[in-house]
Amino acid sequence: MARALYIHWPFCLAKCPYCDFNSHVRNGVDVELWRNMLLADMRHEAELAGSEPLDSVFFGGGTPSLMPPVLVGALLEEAERLWSFAPGIEITLEANPSSVEAANFAALAGAGVNRVSLGVQSLDDEVLRFLGRLHNGQEALSALDTAQSAFRRVSFDLIYARPGQTLEQWEGELRRALGFGTEHLSLYQLTIEAGTRFATEVRQGAFVPLDDDPAADLFALTRELTEAAGLPAYEVSNHARPGEESRHNLTYWRYRDYVGIGPGAHGRRDGMATLRHKKPENWLDAVADTGNGLKEERSLGTAEQASEALLMGLRLAEGVDLTGLSQRFGIGREALVHPPKLAFYESIGLAWRRGDLVGITPQGMPLLDALLGELVPADLVAA
Amino acid sequence: MTDLALIRNFSIIAHIDHGKSTLADRLIQATGGLTAREMSEQVLDSMDIERERGITIKSQTVRLDYTAQDGLTYELNLMDTPGHVDFAYEVSRSLAACEGALLVVDAAQGVEAQTLANVYQSIEHDHEIVPVINKIDLPAAEPEKVRAEIEDIIGIDASEAVLTSAKSGIGIPDVLEAIVKKIPPPKGDRAAPLKAMLVDSWYDPYLGVVILVRVLDGVIKKGQQVKFMQGGTEHLIDRVGCFTPKRVELPELGPGEIGFVTAQIKEVEQAKVGDTITTAKGGATEALPGYKEVQPVVFCGLFPVDAADFEKLRESIARLRLNDASFSFEMESSAALGFGFRCGFLGLLHLEIIQERLTREFDLDLITTAPSVVYRIQLNKSRTDDAREIMLHNPADYPDPSRIELIEEPWIKATVYTPDEYLGPILKLCQDRRGIQRDLTYVGGRAQVTYELPLNEVVFDFYDRLKSITRGYASFDYEQIGLREGDLVKMNILVNNEPVDALSMIVHRSVAEARGRHMCERLKDLIPRHLFKIPIQAAIGGKVIARETIAALRKDVTAKCYGGDISRKKKLLEKQKKGKARMREYGNVSIPQEAFIAALRMGEE
Repeated sequence: MARALYIHWPFCLAKCPYCDFNSHVRNGVDVELWRNMLLADMRHEAELAGSEPLDSVFFGGGTPSLMPPVLVGALLEEAERLWSFAPGIEITLEANPSSVEAANFAALAGAGVNRVSLGVQSLDDEVLRFLGRLHNGQEALSALDTAQSAFRRVSFDLIYARPGQTLEQWEGELRRALGFGTEHLSLYQLTIEAGTRFATEVRQGAFVPLDDDPAADLFALTRELTEAAGLPAYEVSNHARPGEESRHNLTYWRYRDYVGIGPGAHGRRDGMATLRHKKPENWLDAVADTGNGLKEERSLGTAEQASEALLMGLRLAEGVDLTGLSQRFGIGREALVHPPKLAFYESIGLAWRRGDLVGITPQGMPLLDALLGELVPADLVAA
Repeated sequence: MTDLALIRNFSIIAHIDHGKSTLADRLIQATGGLTAREMSEQVLDSMDIERERGITIKSQTVRLDYTAQDGLTYELNLMDTPGHVDFAYEVSRSLAACEGALLVVDAAQGVEAQTLANVYQSIEHDHEIVPVINKIDLPAAEPEKVRAEIEDIIGIDASEAVLTSAKSGIGIPDVLEAIVKKIPPPKGDRAAPLKAMLVDSWYDPYLGVVILVRVLDGVIKKGQQVKFMQGGTEHLIDRVGCFTPKRVELPELGPGEIGFVTAQIKEVEQAKVGDTITTAKGGATEALPGYKEVQPVVFCGLFPVDAADFEKLRESIARLRLNDASFSFEMESSAALGFGFRCGFLGLLHLEIIQERLTREFDLDLITTAPSVVYRIQLNKSRTDDAREIMLHNPADYPDPSRIELIEEPWIKATVYTPDEYLGPILKLCQDRRGIQRDLTYVGGRAQVTYELPLNEVVFDFYDRLKSITRGYASFDYEQIGLREGDLVKMNILVNNEPVDALSMIVHRSVAEARGRHMCERLKDLIPRHLFKIPIQAAIGGKVIARETIAALRKDVTAKCYGGDISRKKKLLEKQKKGKARMREYGNVSIPQEAFIAALRMGEE
């Protein structure tokens, strides 16, 4: 049963050139309508997967910090009514570090949000312009300040491995970021995603993405600096002081069920993959017509679930419990991870084994996708 | 039958594109063999590949009835001979069936090496050569210059050369008259025991094996029990006839005549080119001279890209072999390429033709391994084995080097004919390929150079290099001149310390290092980076002679992956899985099949 709830708010003031998330720019959002529709979508899922109290709620987007705090409050109130909240529940909201949005932080905290994830992305104004962000470095710092006084837990994102970025530049920026005292950091390498403006610009030769080799060096440096600062990587791109990991995101990586509502939200419900209409208007129509925003409900076979569990779980420093997975999906351990390959990659220091646990070493982590292709037997992967 | 005095048997010698097929078509048209409506472009080259490449692969013959200016009707037998050195033996048999030849030379391009080889061969058969200068209506035509060239280079009188444009139909009656007047009639004795030469044979789905014959003495007719003197088999003739080019059945073929017979033979292998056909009873006692068994000289492995196509490949090869007994095949298995066949061919062109027909007519996707030649190896006595001689045509069968007393490799005499500005690079190419220069002559801006070369250097990439350094202007021809001792070694290619069987080759020690370095460099670019670094080595025995290293992959990870991303991430794994299906594993290294194919084609670049 799901103990994690994801709520998608699809609107942004502007589309960032690197972003391929389900975000849309619209003039004027009918808050009343959206409130009713999100509540309806939520009730639908609660009926199907609502027997246990929630451990986490996550407002993602889009830009959920653009939601009126009363709307956030109303959604949380209904969620608590439907599921009830476990003690110490983590309620995260993604926020842009602009002064306008920071002004809402106290009200959001009042509505129940106890953790924010700020999209700082960079501390350098020129870089922020390149990334198409609407805030500048100074604004971000003061938003971070405001957030730290309003919420008990604050995390922020940075994007690195940018075109031309050197080890020295990144070291300076990351050291500064670690100095702000947050206990969680998400550090993403810039990825040129298909269909984004950056993809077009790269194709047109407007800029050249950083090569894999220097990017790998930056990745290693990131691990080293965060580890030294007491925020080791617990996932490929996520760093936290032990105990301060994002509980909500761990649900994905540990491949537990989660409810996803709002446009384009994915969910996993008892071996079923749920997907909601992506385009806001289509989602609204679906909820109005059927009482929920579902576009697709697909039953996953045990092999497919196992492959998902592996490709998510091996992102974590803690690794996966092969015996646990084997029991959960009724698939033999050797059919989950190819033993001779595991032995080989262990011997060259890219993977590790400890009893029932199997994981990827820090050296292997930047090669995870290739390693998955090697370790996870082809039979497990749907053709 | 026709009176000997009224028969003319001739072939046409021409370089590719100099207009042989067009001229043949015009002759057929002018004598009424086919109406204009029945003429499809180039009647004689019936296979698609023959048409596209402008090369004749199988001998064919056409009988033309021509009423000459003297009022008599002549039987003209036009023998279309294979136009390539790979089929030199078939050519020699076709020529032996004729008394003369038309030498067709392009009025703009002049004499080419291939033409020379064929014309000399024709002269050796005591043929009367009738020069025809074709394409005289081209703007660049220089018939006088070409006439002089024919006299200078070939050394025959070209003062009465016939000037034609086969394409425009100019000069065709003159050619017909020249055939009748210049080419001598055949000789033969109708009363003598039957002696017919088996010129060529092919498989026809309706008739079985069709045999092209030239009767020298006696008569061949339906119902006759005949004996193949070399093959040692007897057959009952059930059909006799000729091609006009339509198939026409005749009661018999007499001395001097060329035509076909069938005898319910199922495989062309039983009807060997050059054999002598005589009657089973009271037949000739002595076979015709010049018979030989053709032996494949170039070998390569043919493997299906998709292992599931192996059976289809086996059936296809067997079917092609019905029509072409000159290539051999046996099953082979390779760790890299799976199951396939080791095939032997008369030469590189023959190899290409078979490969292309398999691909095209049987719709197979094939990998061809590097061509190799046949080596003769003298083995020492070992504890368990006597001293003996082996013929090696697959590097995989290379024996323990300590047992090798002597290795011999086939050599050829190559003639290259080229505009002289390319001579320098050609000489360098031949030297680099261990060539020994034997002759060099100049004729008016053109040079003819003769080299002795090891065949294994030629099959490697010689044609392609020659073509590229001369921009296609040089022509090349060769004949085999026997085996010579050579310092030959087996070079292995090791990927991550594992030998890759499909890439091993036999090379001369002096070029091993360069060849090995080249192969390692190529593989370095062809094998994708892995999660660890991969040494690529070329080695002779235990000695590494070249080495490259593929650096390890540094980064391949999805930076951002949350709940919604799972399905997209899974697609990535599915893609990897599909890619793996086309890879072969060597010591934890996955080598894409494309890398093998490209590495084996290394000669082309």
